[in-house]
Amino acid sequence: MTLEALAIIGAAISLLIGSIFVLVGVIGLLKFNDPMTRLHAPTKVGTLGIGMLLLASILTAAASGDPSMHEFLIMAFLFVTAPVSAHFLAKVSIHTRECMTPPKPTDDEMWSTLDSPDHSNEEKPATK
Amino acid sequence: MGRAFRWILPHPSLTLVLALVWILLQNEVSAGMVVFGIILGIVIPRITAIWWPGTPKGFRLGRMISYSMLVIRDIIVANIEVAWIVLTVPNDKLKPAWVSVPLDLKQPEAITVLAGTITLTPGTVSADLSNEGSCLLVHILHTDDPDAVRDEIKDRYERRLKEIFA
Repeated sequence: MTLEALAIIGAAISLLIGSIFVLVGVIGLLKFNDPMTRLHAPTKVGTLGIGMLLLASILTAAASGDPSMHEFLIMAFLFVTAPVSAHFLAKVSIHTRECMTPPKPTDDEMWSTLDSPDHSNEEKPATK
Repeated sequence: MGRAFRWILPHPSLTLVLALVWILLQNEVSAGMVVFGIILGIVIPRITAIWWPGTPKGFRLGRMISYSMLVIRDIIVANIEVAWIVLTVPNDKLKPAWVSVPLDLKQPEAITVLAGTITLTPGTVSADLSNEGSCLLVHILHTDDPDAVRDEIKDRYERRLKEIFA
């Protein structure tokens, strides 16, 4: 058993695990019926699923004698950008009232998404 | 001298990170690439300095690395838990919850890292910040006890971040 064969087997296993997590993420996206719960599925795909696929890519590149560092960059960029997009999707669903209304913050007056002119006139009758 | 240095390098760590990213993008370490990376690392922070006046103070790199290891471990564990929830819990039995996490962190960078950590750990998504910035709204996929999740976020992540951004 050479090191190269070990790397290929490792790559195959991580491809398999990565695909399972991507599949579960897609099932979650289709199954849940609320915009906020649906948002949980892509965050899972974006972390472990893509991480395992990139690990497979690192292993095959190393096995073929052409090691590559791009995967670490992809991972870093993904980890920085994925929470931002998830945050904006969450803000949109709060803003359009497509989900359960969140409770009041414990210290401040209200959430910054609801603190807008569009909401100020409808907020008052809703609290009564 | 100190002022001139600060004018050329408003964010020295950003300069290092940009140079490193450039070298990783090229996938080769040669003198030309290192020099070009350092030039980019000086020019980009200089151009964008007017939108970025403050510098985060007292950032501890060693603790940040051990924090990242902890977060990666938590991501793997939580992924398996959430995958199990997705596959086994039917929609009408799902108990999603909002929880409001009061923040002790004041620095915007620290709050950003905390919100990012919460979103990357499957099962919780940080959704909004209160208008004065003292609370974080977190959505939980499935829980029986939202307060326990809030305490875990405060104890596990926020306490460590307070030490990092001391």
